[in-house]
This record gives sequence, structure tokens and C-alpha cells, in this order.
Amino acid sequence: MDSCVKIINEWDIVAARQLGRNVARDLGFGTVDQARITTAISELARNIYLYAEQGEVCIEKTESGGKIGLVIISEDQGPGISDLRKVMEDGFSTSGGLGAGLPGVKRLVDEFHIESNPGEGTLIKAIKWLR
Amino acid sequence: MGFRDVMYEKYKEILESYMKDQDEKALYLSQKFSRKSIEYKISPEEIISLHRTALAEMGAESLGSVMPSFDILLEVMMSYGLAYREHQSLRTIQQELKSEIEVAANMQQTLLGTQIPDVDCLEIGALSVPARQMSGDYYHFVQDEQGAVSVAIADVIGKGIPAALCMSMIKYSMDSLPEGRQEPSLVLESLNRVVEQNVDPTMFITMFYGMYDTNSHVFHYASAGHEPGFFYNHEIEDFEEIYARGLLLGIDKKTKYRQYEKKVEVGDIILLMSDGVTECRTKDGFVEVDTLKEYIKKYIHLGAQEIVNKVYKELEYLQDFQLRDDFTLIIIKRIK
Ligand SMILES: Nc1ncnc2c1ncn2[C@@H]1O[C@H](COP(=O)(O)OP(=O)(O)OP(=O)(O)O)[C@@H](O)[C@H]1O
Ligand SMILES: [Mg+2]
Repeated sequence: MDSCVKIINEWDIVAARQLGRNVARDLGFGTVDQARITTAISELARNIYLYAEQGEVCIEKTESGGKIGLVIISEDQGPGISDLRKVMEDGFSTSGGLGAGLPGVKRLVDEFHIESNPGEGTLIKAIKWLR
Repeated sequence: MGFRDVMYEKYKEILESYMKDQDEKALYLSQKFSRKSIEYKISPEEIISLHRTALAEMGAESLGSVMPSFDILLEVMMSYGLAYREHQSLRTIQQELKSEIEVAANMQQTLLGTQIPDVDCLEIGALSVPARQMSGDYYHFVQDEQGAVSVAIADVIGKGIPAALCMSMIKYSMDSLPEGRQEPSLVLESLNRVVEQNVDPTMFITMFYGMYDTNSHVFHYASAGHEPGFFYNHEIEDFEEIYARGLLLGIDKKTKYRQYEKKVEVGDIILLMSDGVTECRTKDGFVEVDTLKEYIKKYIHLGAQEIVNKVYKELEYLQDFQLRDDFTLIIIKRIK
């Protein structure tokens, strides 16, 4: 079931969402959680498209302690983010603090890991557990 | 039954009743429901999903062709949900900040606290009210064994936390002045050097320093660009300005201050203030100095502290209870 979508142009974001939705539905996520997962994917993919030019979004299934979860992995070799603390702060995103952006993604999922080095790229891993 | 199931049942009930008779009661119940769901942090997208599920279960499948539209609605509501959650967390942060500032404001009150001197021939009243939680105004009294009462009143240009931080520094430099009687002009000169060296060049401080000699009843004073005070002459029942020239503190470290003096008779009053008093703004413009004088005259028969309190009440009322600047008023009345 593991699969990835390359993000090069804006319509790839749609493909990534579609992939995420299919996997989420198959795993048994309800409509609200499906929407949360696809919104998170959208935000991550849009960041790749806007700031890194290209990269990849992968959706995986994970299991831990009897729980089933969906993992979103977003990876690019773009410019990276130098001040992660700042970026993860509410109200920082260029969209003007509408709650979206990376802090929004973090709220939509249960686990959120980000690694980024200037000049090397960004790797984000987000997990949503099935309740 | 979990709490979400309870909410769902409730919602369905309201919806069913409204679908039947479209009465106001169901709408009122919906409003109550909406408050409850905010209280329980249920986000907009969950409400949409609740609605759709309820419709489907009520057998409104005749609406089948409309059902997919809820997917769009739900998706559109996602960002509102996120904005809502961000708002929640910013609110928590704001509350934390607020209580932090409250603690700081209390510390400042303790730090800047000063005892009003108790001398037979004088009656002294003082009141300082910050516009926000922390004050950029400062006043301080010192009494020495030879019978002099010194008073300092200062105002940092600006308000809030930066002004308050700056004020704490002034307080410390005042405390570290050499003991004993100090000529007002010399006090200002030495404070000026401290401020010039230590304070951000964009911060300016005005200060009035006066020393009342209780033996000769002469008031010696100097000012570093501070709001002029007033002198009330009891005999002619009129005011004159306590005028003193001088550059603000912190502009030029070589500034010299001129010292002035004024003989004070029984019944005379010295009024010192920060610009929050004279520049207190109402919707019709600034409060005129004359208005201020009128208020003082109106209460002149009262004790010094009472005059201060009453004048503050009047000005507070004039400004619709919204102080725009820190307010400090000091009254020194010679009573014998
Ligand atoms: N993959 C990435 N590569 C490089 N920089 C990134 C990446 N993702 C985010 N950034 C940087 O982090 C900032 C914050 O991103 P975030 O998604 O939180 O908000 P935003 O994109 O500015 O606004 P919006 O709310 O529209 O998403 C971006 O402005 C960008 O500078
Ligand atoms: Mg973004």
C-alpha cells in the first residue's frame, strides 16, 4: 500500500491528497479525519511546491501497540528552514496567522516531526492514529 | 455513551424537531448547542459531519443527490477549524502573558514604593495610576534629619513595559546617590549622566526634583524637561506656573541644570504632575489647564491626599475611564 507522489507542479498536490484520502478511507478513518489528513497533506505539498520547487509526499500505514496509523512523509532537497522554532510558532506563517501552515498541520495530526537544514532540505513526518 | 454520542443525539433531536415544525424553540436549542460545542472544543468540520450523519440516519436519503455537497462544505470549514484552534491556543498564551505582566506590575509597585514624609508643617498627597499595567511614571520622597523634604517626579516618554523597565533603572540610580542633602540641580546632573550611559538612546526621561526646606520654607527645584507644575498662592487665590528650564535626561551628558527657588507661605500649595495629567485627552480634545485648575480650586479646602484623589476622579470621568497615559499627581500643602 506504500506509495508516493512527486510534487513538481500544483496539480500534484491534488494527486497527493487523493492518495492520502484513499489510504485513509481504506484504513477506516471517518470523513472528518479524512479531511484532516488531506488538509495536512495539502499544506505540506504546497510548501514543497512553493519553497522547495520539488519533492515527494509519501503515505504509509503504520502499526504500534495494536494501534493503526497513517503516516505522511514529506521530503525535499530544497533550501530548508533555518529557524524552525519561529516557523512552528502560531501566527508566523506568511498567510497571516489563519491557523494554517505548519503549526496547523501539527494540530491536525497526532504526531509531528520535522527536520530541516538550510541548504539541505526538509523532512517532515506526521502520523494520525485511527481511533 | 461517550460525550460525543450524547452531543450527537442532542443534535439529531434538535434537527428532527426543526425538520418537522420549523419552530423558534429548536433554533434556540441550536444556539445553546453551539455554545456547548464551543465549550467542548468541537470544531466546525465536526459539526458539518454531525449534520450529515444525522441527515443520513434520519432517512433523508431522498436528499441523496445533495449529500456529496457536504464534502465541499466540510473541506471549506477545515480552515475555519484551524483558525479557531489557533485562536484557542493564542488565547492561552495571552492569558499567560497577562498574568506574567501582573506579577511584574506588582513587583514594580514594591520596587517603586515610597513613603510619604510626615512633617508637621506640610501635608502631602500623592497618586500615581498607570495607563496599562505597568507605569512609566515615578515619584519618590526623601526626608533628611535637617528637615528637608525632597521630592522627585519622573516620566519616561512612552508607556508600558519598556517605560517601566527604564523607570526601574532610574529608581536604582536614585538609590545610589550619595546620602544626605542633595541640591536639585546636582541630582539631575548626576542622574543625567547615568541615563545617558545606560539607556537606549530612543528613551527619554523627564524629571522634576524639588527640595523643601522646612526651616526656611523655601522650595528649591530644578527640572529636566518635565511637565511644569503649579504653585497656588493662597493669599491671592491664584495659580502660577512652576517654571524651570532644562534638557531631558539622557540627551547630553554635559547638561547643566539651573536651580530655582520659591518662598512658600502658610496655605500655599505646590502641585507637581506628569504629562498624563495635563495631556489627558477626552473626545473633545485635551483637557485645558484651566479645567485642571478649576478642579483644584473646587477641592482646595480639603486635605492634600483628598484633593489628589478627587482631581483624579474628575479627570478619570472626563476621559470616560480610559487613561491614555500614566497619571501622577503630587500635592504639597504648607499648613503651618
Ligand atoms: N519545504 C520547505 N522548504 C523550505 N522552506 C519551507 C518549507 N516549508 C515551509 N518553509 C518555510 O517556512 C515558512 C512557514 O511555512 P508555513 O507553511 O507554516 O506557512 P506559509 O507557507 O508561510 O503560509 P501558509 O499559511 O499559507 O502555509 C514558509 O514561509 C517558508 O519560508
Ligand atoms: Mg505553507
